[in-house]
Amino acid sequence: MQTKNIMIVGVGGQGSLLASKLLGRLLLTRGYDIKVSEVHGMSQRGGSVVTYVRFGDKVYSPIIDKGEADFIVSFELLEAARYTEYLRPDGRIITNTQQINPMPVITGAATYPEALVEQMQQKEIAIDAIDALTLAEEAGSAKAVNLVLLGRLSKYFDFTEEEWMQAIEKSVPPKFLELNRKAFALGAQN
Amino acid sequence: MKTLMLGNEAVARGLFEAGCAFVSSYPGTPSTEITEAAAKYQEIYAEWAPNEKVALESAFGACLAGRRSFCGMKHVGLNVAADPLFTIAYTGVNAGLIIGVADDPGMHSSQNEQDSRHYARASKIPMLEPADSAEAIAFTKAAYELSEQFDTPVLLKMCTRVAHSQSVVEPGERTEFAKAYEKNPAKYIMMPGNAKRRHPVVEERTAALVAYAETSPLNRVEAGTSNEIGIITSSTSYQYVKEVFGDKYPVMKLGMIWPLPEQKIIDFAKSVRTLVVVEELDSFIESHVRDLGLACVGKSKFSCIGEFSQNFIREQFDGTVTAGKTLDVNIPARPPVMCAGCPHRGLFYTLVKNKVTAMGDIGCYTLGAVPPLAALDTTICMGASVSGLHGFNKASSLPLPGAGSTADSAVGATGRRTVAVIGDSTFMHSGITGLVNIAYNDSNSTVIIVDNSITGMTGHQQNPTTGMNLKGDPAAKIDLETLCRAVGIRRVRVVDPYDLAACDTAIKEELAANEPSVIISRRPCALLKYVKHDKPLAVDADKCKSCKACMKIGCPAISMVNGKAKVDNTLCTGCGVCAQLCKFDALKKGDK
Repeated sequence: MQTKNIMIVGVGGQGSLLASKLLGRLLLTRGYDIKVSEVHGMSQRGGSVVTYVRFGDKVYSPIIDKGEADFIVSFELLEAARYTEYLRPDGRIITNTQQINPMPVITGAATYPEALVEQMQQKEIAIDAIDALTLAEEAGSAKAVNLVLLGRLSKYFDFTEEEWMQAIEKSVPPKFLELNRKAFALGAQN
Repeated sequence: MKTLMLGNEAVARGLFEAGCAFVSSYPGTPSTEITEAAAKYQEIYAEWAPNEKVALESAFGACLAGRRSFCGMKHVGLNVAADPLFTIAYTGVNAGLIIGVADDPGMHSSQNEQDSRHYARASKIPMLEPADSAEAIAFTKAAYELSEQFDTPVLLKMCTRVAHSQSVVEPGERTEFAKAYEKNPAKYIMMPGNAKRRHPVVEERTAALVAYAETSPLNRVEAGTSNEIGIITSSTSYQYVKEVFGDKYPVMKLGMIWPLPEQKIIDFAKSVRTLVVVEELDSFIESHVRDLGLACVGKSKFSCIGEFSQNFIREQFDGTVTAGKTLDVNIPARPPVMCAGCPHRGLFYTLVKNKVTAMGDIGCYTLGAVPPLAALDTTICMGASVSGLHGFNKASSLPLPGAGSTADSAVGATGRRTVAVIGDSTFMHSGITGLVNIAYNDSNSTVIIVDNSITGMTGHQQNPTTGMNLKGDPAAKIDLETLCRAVGIRRVRVVDPYDLAACDTAIKEELAANEPSVIISRRPCALLKYVKHDKPLAVDADKCKSCKACMKIGCPAISMVNGKAKVDNTLCTGCGVCAQLCKFDALKKGDK
């Protein structure tokens, strides 16, 4: 099997590390070779963060390069737009429509671009945009954005619901299990 | 059972399995998780030392006592530990000793891009370099075997992409290890007479290690289908090469990066038409290959700057790269920023307001250099703010050549405008020696210790000022005020950085004082679990006059929406610093 590439992008502190951890656990049960690459330290402080998840028969490089991503899962709209170059021609972006202003926008040095979803569609980029924040709040916590997005991602893979649920159980604390299951389900449905 | 493991956690697993009993380190990205993961094994004693030199000397002591030991650090930390490093190369070890060092090509979280491999050659200590998590476990165990077999410390080199990538491993069992200490002055007392006898031993050891490297399974040749090109590589560069070429070209994958297997390299070169060396950062392998009289392609194609990637390798081998589509719009950058509620913010704002020159240091507070605060003038290395301030103030007070007056930026009771800004952990690491110098050599300097009661940047590690140790147990708590007074600073005061007026008074008074002083700007990091946040601030839009005074502090929780200040409730910690800047009372603190 050719290596599959999933990029998870967002803003430092949004919880993308849990998403990659959960994906790793899911993929491990299928016996794939896997690499998950993160960046810790300085860039986590509200900066743009990227996690690479790669799986297949044999995975060498820990990173995903431009033109290689099968999926970009984005926790924030601007971050989805930032990384479109990394998408394969037949790749797909799954993005939260939430907007978080970066410091240059806050200080007025730059403006947050308008109609990013439409701009991506005009470029014929396959994009699946959902209001993951609202769905996460509906599930019980704004922090469950990661599970909403994974729920949406699950539609494009042939993992069974049971396989996903096992990975979720292994990745979240028991007291938040129900909330996260619900967030996952809402992401998969909407 | 197969599991996914971070490269750094895999090093810790290797330590556990090899019977390592003692770990002493100083945190530094991308090395920190090795020691954090090691601390989770009951069988391993693990600690944060105040700096890398202390850590390495402690680990050396532990290996003398007969237990396998480890000391971890980032690349620049090895500079701090270099003093013991070059001499324990002479003494050798009793039980095995590994020095873990993690480089940061691309400088994700570092102030320079130094290549630690030079230390292996310079100190004459063997270095192993794993390329994934499975190798991180295996090489850690192999490093202890080498250490004891060849009577040498061993360097284990990580880099960001190996340290912070998870890959599949199969953990094994622990084997305990202990041996007795035996007095051996000729080996362990490095005064000239003894050291002169040890140096030839070191050279013989290196020769023996070269012979070992020739046949060691740590270095392997992977066959290719075409011998047009042969590639020598290691670490993450190996992964990029294999990603691009698979089994097309033969690859010599070096796991032992020093000393190098000379005959093996010569034989490999003979077997291929063009020899290519692919290595990140400096020409280390390439230089050695050239020393062997072999022609090769190396740094002429593969830059010594930044990280590689599979596309970079493709491009250098004249392959084509097809990037995805880009949008016809300017995507604003998203640099890292000081967090909402960061206690450093109020202090930095006050420094800027008072037009103070600030010598910065290494930590979260380095982000105070970023606009709109732009509060810092320098950042060099751990502790450099304090010592640099001393030199700056002394030089500024010297008479100008040929004139009787002093320089414009001169000291004196009222003209002094320069301070040092250093965190609590960094102060304990190497700021204290600079403060001793200020007291001893009497420079009229003001040092500000930004005490957020944790080592913040690397992800909340305890340090000697926090009252807790690495394992989370209560520990002796160094009292910064007492410590500063003990070295001879009489003016020591504490301020709350959330209180802008108090900060302003403290800075003005200490700069005006005619003797050395310390201001401790004290408030715990807003991200600490035990820190309780106040309710988010509320904006009274009718009172907001759109003056943007609240925007001057660069808080990510505040923005201007339709000309009025807006507070992001999910980010705001209710610190209230912005409210102190509002002359129109438009920002209101909520109830607790």
